[in-house]
Amino acid sequence: MSASLAEHAPRTFSDTETPMVELRGVSRRFAKKLDLAAKLARKLGADVKEEVVHAVDKVDLRVRKGEVVGLVGESGCGKSTLGRIVAGILPQSDGEVFWKGQEVGTLTGEAARQSKLQRQMIFQDPYASLNPRMRVADIVGEAPLVHGLTRRSEFDTYVDDQMRRAGLDPAFKRRYPHQFSGGQRQRIGIARALAVQPEFIVCDEAVAALDVSIQAQILNLFMRLRRELDLTYLFISHDLSVVEHLSDRVVIMYLGRVVEEAPTETIFRRANHPYTRSLLDSVPRIENRKRAFTVVKGEIPSPLNPPTGCHFHPRCPLAFDRCKAEAPALREVAPGHRSACHLNDAA
Amino acid sequence: MSVALQTPAAPVRDRVETPFRRFISEFAESKLALLGLAVFTVIALVAILAPWIAPQNPYDLAVLDIMDGRLEPGARNGADDMTYWLGTDDQGRDMLSAIMYGLRISLAVGAGSALLAAIVGASLGLLAAYVGGRTDSAIMRVVDLQLSFPAILVALMILAFLGKSVMNVVIAIVVVEWAYYARTVRGTALVERRREYIEAAQCLALPTHRILFRHLLPNCLPPLIVIATMQVARAIALEATLSFLGLGVPITEPSLGLLIANGYEYMLSGKYWISFYPGIALLVTIVSINLMGDHLRDVLNPRLKK
Repeated sequence: MSASLAEHAPRTFSDTETPMVELRGVSRRFAKKLDLAAKLARKLGADVKEEVVHAVDKVDLRVRKGEVVGLVGESGCGKSTLGRIVAGILPQSDGEVFWKGQEVGTLTGEAARQSKLQRQMIFQDPYASLNPRMRVADIVGEAPLVHGLTRRSEFDTYVDDQMRRAGLDPAFKRRYPHQFSGGQRQRIGIARALAVQPEFIVCDEAVAALDVSIQAQILNLFMRLRRELDLTYLFISHDLSVVEHLSDRVVIMYLGRVVEEAPTETIFRRANHPYTRSLLDSVPRIENRKRAFTVVKGEIPSPLNPPTGCHFHPRCPLAFDRCKAEAPALREVAPGHRSACHLNDAA
Repeated sequence: MSVALQTPAAPVRDRVETPFRRFISEFAESKLALLGLAVFTVIALVAILAPWIAPQNPYDLAVLDIMDGRLEPGARNGADDMTYWLGTDDQGRDMLSAIMYGLRISLAVGAGSALLAAIVGASLGLLAAYVGGRTDSAIMRVVDLQLSFPAILVALMILAFLGKSVMNVVIAIVVVEWAYYARTVRGTALVERRREYIEAAQCLALPTHRILFRHLLPNCLPPLIVIATMQVARAIALEATLSFLGLGVPITEPSLGLLIANGYEYMLSGKYWISFYPGIALLVTIVSINLMGDHLRDVLNPRLKK
């Protein structure tokens, strides 16, 4: 198991090629609209405000072809929202999403459909992500049939191939999702996504709901599929050890903003941002098991009312006055290594 | 690495417990619901088979004898040598046959209008929940408006406007009832549409109508089935009321409500049977449907699951 995880060598990517997916200044706000009564109350002078959550705040992200990018952050930091924007399920409030150099919003008709089909998503909850009233064959084969990737006459063979590729026995294709275990359900989800022949997969906490032994199987499956089908992944996870094994590059998010991004090796050896360092310190490891964990202090602040300046300053051990006033920009601290921290300016 | 095929977690049994089988066994737990089902089955069979099992064709004026008018239950007719088990009405019509044919009309109108209302209401409810925003507000405000009027008033207005015919009664009942379906389906669909399988369907770029009817609707079915059962009973009652008031089906195709209305004027002169037996038939039909509906609601409501 672990042998095949370690099998893929770190890859290098040039900065000049067009990224497969690129986000420029993408934000996503969720607003609770005021109803009639609240609007009336505000007119009369009551203190009612529209509640706006900045789930994703001006994020730039590039994923190159063949790359595996790990997106890490605590729950509630907006990483799932970002993943849904990348997968095209959720529209962004601001900013632009590029697919192979073309802005997704400008695509129409066939091109728009193709760009959407080529970005697929594997979901966190293997129970909620499969329609309980459909048979496995229909779950996997519906979209390819609708989009003309297969025909009625070839439907069975096509579905069998997709199931086999995800490690499922085609004999079970007449069954319903509730007759499968969690790991098998996740394989059905993978077969469903791959059945439309995508090039890019967003894995949203795809193994978080599974047992550790099953996790390893599914991760191996991801890596095998990556080699066989030349896939590109955006791997969203809160689990640093999973990301360390899988990713070429890691992006760390905190409360809607990217705070650091670097090749995986660099993040784990020379993390720059205080948040990344405190995250790494809280990972249990065999080599330092005698040490007490330093936990990130405090709770993640409410995105309804984020801290001023650097979002991390209330929990940061190194915070100084400037952190409260000014949000740090993401700056290059080494080639391919960018971090958003005022301490880099001071040095 | 070779593809490791997964074996199922549970051993394969001959009879896998599907949701449908569980539903059947839970439904059968209630004797009252089974009784309702049995009675309703008999009624439905009688209604469907009426032309073949009724002693007389009550619509054929040639076989009616006005001299046989208002005969008591059990009276015999000398000429044809037939017994009027439930008496005759003022036209000399055999009440038993009239009730059998009346059940046909009542059940057809009830089931037909409930089905049509379900199609219209469920579609609009799904659309409201899935699209949201202004579409949702617009549809739901119409529902609110609709439900704030008494059903019978709305139906009377529509029939006064459209005139009397079986089709118009169906239209009137659909207009009155679709709002219940819309509201119920929207409520369930709002919960279901947040689930990840809907996002997955969107990610697969499936057309909206497919997501609505293949993914969302099947998962909103349980409350819809309950409402539909109850609304069939309601529709039958509403049709009977309208016919009783003289605005329902035309006299040439008498439903149960019209039969009751026809005998109404003789009630106080001791000729009770003309109204009484159609009334009993109506009552038994509605009660049997409601017995099933009540229990269906218990079985299909996940919050009441043991």
